[in-house]
Amino acid sequence: MASSIPTTREAVIIGGNRIPFARAGKKYVRTSNQDMFTAALEGLVARFGLQGELLGEVVGGAVLKNSRDFNLIRESVLGSSLAPATPAYDLQQACGTGLEAAIAVTNKIKLGQIESAVAGGTDTISDAPIAVGDKLRRALLQANHARSTGDRIKALLPVLGHPKWLAPETPDTGEPRTGLSMGEHQAITTAKWGITREAQDEIALRSHQNLYRAWEEGFFDDLVTPFRGLSRDDNLRGDTSAEKLAKLKPVFGRGLTGDDGAPLPATMTAGNSTPLTDGASAVLFGSRDWAEERNLPVLAKFVDAETAGVDFVHGHEGLLMAPAAAVPRLLARHGLTLEDIDFFEIHEAFAATVLTTLAAWEDEDYCRDELGLPGAFGKVDRSRLNVNGSSLAAGHPFAATGGRIVATAAKLVHAKAAETGKPARALISVCAAGGLGVTALVESA
Amino acid sequence: MTDSYTRFANGGFKPLVKKLGLPQPAILRRHQAGSPLTVGPVLVVSDDASASDADAVTKVLTGWDIDVRRSPELAEREKFGAVVLVLSAVEHPEDVSGAALALGGTLRGLAGNGRVVTLSRAPETGDAPTLAAARAGVEGFVRSLGKELRGGSTANGVQLTGGAAVDSISVIATLRFFLSAKSAYVDGQILPVGPCDGPGEIDWDRPLAGRVAVVTGAARGIGAAIARTMARDGAKVVVVDVPPAGEALSAVANSVHGVALQLDVTAADAADKILAAAKPLGGLDILVHNAGITRDKLLANMKADRWDSVIAVNLASQLRINARLLEAGVEGLRIVSLASTSGIAGNKGQTNYAYSKAGVIGHTAATAPLVAATGGTANAVAPGFIETEMTARIPFATRSVARMLPSLAQGGEPVDIAEAICFLASDAAAGINGRTLRVCGQHMVGK
Repeated sequence: MASSIPTTREAVIIGGNRIPFARAGKKYVRTSNQDMFTAALEGLVARFGLQGELLGEVVGGAVLKNSRDFNLIRESVLGSSLAPATPAYDLQQACGTGLEAAIAVTNKIKLGQIESAVAGGTDTISDAPIAVGDKLRRALLQANHARSTGDRIKALLPVLGHPKWLAPETPDTGEPRTGLSMGEHQAITTAKWGITREAQDEIALRSHQNLYRAWEEGFFDDLVTPFRGLSRDDNLRGDTSAEKLAKLKPVFGRGLTGDDGAPLPATMTAGNSTPLTDGASAVLFGSRDWAEERNLPVLAKFVDAETAGVDFVHGHEGLLMAPAAAVPRLLARHGLTLEDIDFFEIHEAFAATVLTTLAAWEDEDYCRDELGLPGAFGKVDRSRLNVNGSSLAAGHPFAATGGRIVATAAKLVHAKAAETGKPARALISVCAAGGLGVTALVESA
Repeated sequence: MTDSYTRFANGGFKPLVKKLGLPQPAILRRHQAGSPLTVGPVLVVSDDASASDADAVTKVLTGWDIDVRRSPELAEREKFGAVVLVLSAVEHPEDVSGAALALGGTLRGLAGNGRVVTLSRAPETGDAPTLAAARAGVEGFVRSLGKELRGGSTANGVQLTGGAAVDSISVIATLRFFLSAKSAYVDGQILPVGPCDGPGEIDWDRPLAGRVAVVTGAARGIGAAIARTMARDGAKVVVVDVPPAGEALSAVANSVHGVALQLDVTAADAADKILAAAKPLGGLDILVHNAGITRDKLLANMKADRWDSVIAVNLASQLRINARLLEAGVEGLRIVSLASTSGIAGNKGQTNYAYSKAGVIGHTAATAPLVAATGGTANAVAPGFIETEMTARIPFATRSVARMLPSLAQGGEPVDIAEAICFLASDAAAGINGRTLRVCGQHMVGK
């Protein structure tokens, strides 16, 4: 079933930069998406000496955007040390934004349309847009279009009679079609797969331990540039323990019942779910020639990518299960199995998201019925999973997560290949709102 | 950024300050692209024996489009920008009198921010006592004259070693540095300069063109100024600082079209990281060991962490990096390390810091022959009181006194250190090796 892959040139990953991720409402509370993405770009420019460089393209986005940020990435480029002639555009695919931006620019590089690019993303909960309700909005727009003062007053009069219209609408992580939050959606999937609290806490604990170790080892010294007085991800708890995590109260999945109507245990806590986070990331890509002409390091090849969607609206599939469908297609295209992967970078939206994905791949019936595979897809070697931590520890500023993972994966495969003398591969998987999944394959170069 | 007293003493209260006998710090002239080397004509005087050397110096200066004079007469309202005293061939102490007094006669005609530079030979092993006295005496003369000059004028000496000719590359480069505004805060110093096979042509505007320089501790203060000055002089710069300083570091990198390297210089693999960062730019040519910390305490109250961290950052890291670079076979490397006047004159509360900085002076002298074998040099610069974020934390009274102590009666600017370092890192300074140049406005004590 492997389809033929057209031969193109390589797109290589040169390096990355992000700002430390900050819990919402803390260090970056007065910081905009543009401030953060510009900072991520500036750190990247400084790391690779790209001042005045005319790049092929800068692509990225934010999930939560103020209306003034219609050209967020271009405005960030203009505020950076890159050549002002560097084109840019915004892209948005919920939590898949950062990785989708990487796919977009590497495809252009592979096709020879551009030689170099930056892909990334930024998100802030602390500076999220606050919108007015539709009724007030219509009244304001009508007043704005009015030609006379009288018409203007007439347009605004209804507002006086409806003070409730003045209540602002803040963004949340609720799914527009179900009204359920992402956590509640995952809780349903978690229960369906019988994922235990202990298993989720273990994923969370390892995320913190791995990220902490990576920081201590200096792994992020050339991946992160401090920002606004923060030099490490402030969600990271190097001293957390299974006991501490076990003490937290469940926040999602309370009131779920089984087929028999009996209540199911709520297992998802603040400890094994990602916190709302602010941050930005950027990754530098190029053709191999472009990198080599500038003596820039080539860490890895961005080999291929696959996206998928699932029908979660009618309850057929879990909201965050799309990567489970995308990865088998991606690997099949390259004749690979899970055993051929050295590093699994599976975004931890929730610990349970990782576990339900792994469980699905091990389930013969699921793989046959839902994924159209002859049998179980396979088992992920846990020692290769999120080896330097993931979103549970680092935090998850939606659009910034893809860039964080791509840069980490590139550095991991580069080091592994240097150590073993053999090619190393990383699989990246990011789930997203709307039942989307974005996955990619990275190989040492 | 002139300190507030210097502004006060140069404003409307200048006559009062003078009448009260208060210190009179001058506004120092600093280098600006395109401005003349000196503030006025340059007088060259010498003892009789050194007359032909004085001719050679005159020829060099004339080649720089300087108005060179051989007699002290001045037109009305005219003032000398500098006086060069050539004593390179003096053999008897009695022979210096004429030239020294001739210089003295011109001092009232020396402009503010003027320069006195002596050219003499270092006493060498085997010198007859008379010759040794004639040569050694110059040092005391220069140091005393530095304390007499006013209005931001300085006195410094080029001390020829190993038979260097007065018009050899490094000698004239040092003469030029002392004459220029780049040495604004260097006063009362004698710099030994040897012969060298330096470059034939020197681009005085971009002396570091095409060079790759690594500057540690470059996120702020003196390090950032060094990076900027290196870039101004044409070098491609890798700026290094600890990861937590990364935000300021990347801003410095982007302002100098350089590369930021987040690295703790005490890391075991620091030298390899530095080499790797310099490689894409063309390979390491210049290394400035600027990273340094203070952890002041009286020795009676000193704890191990305060002592050890200062030694680790200020001294041990330099030794480890230098050793690794030599082992890696880096050729022609120009190393400039940051020492301190604390390491020369001592400073209460800084036994750890002074140990580390005196240690830097020591290892610089010992490293010099090792790097010389591959065409490199190792030198140090010892700053005095420099106006930085670090010294801004010193209590006001102590800080104010510290400013008044040197002959120039003010603190220096980070760029003053940077200028000295860029000079020592340039190819024209190849004849200077193993030396420590003080940039301290002539701090009261210490050699």
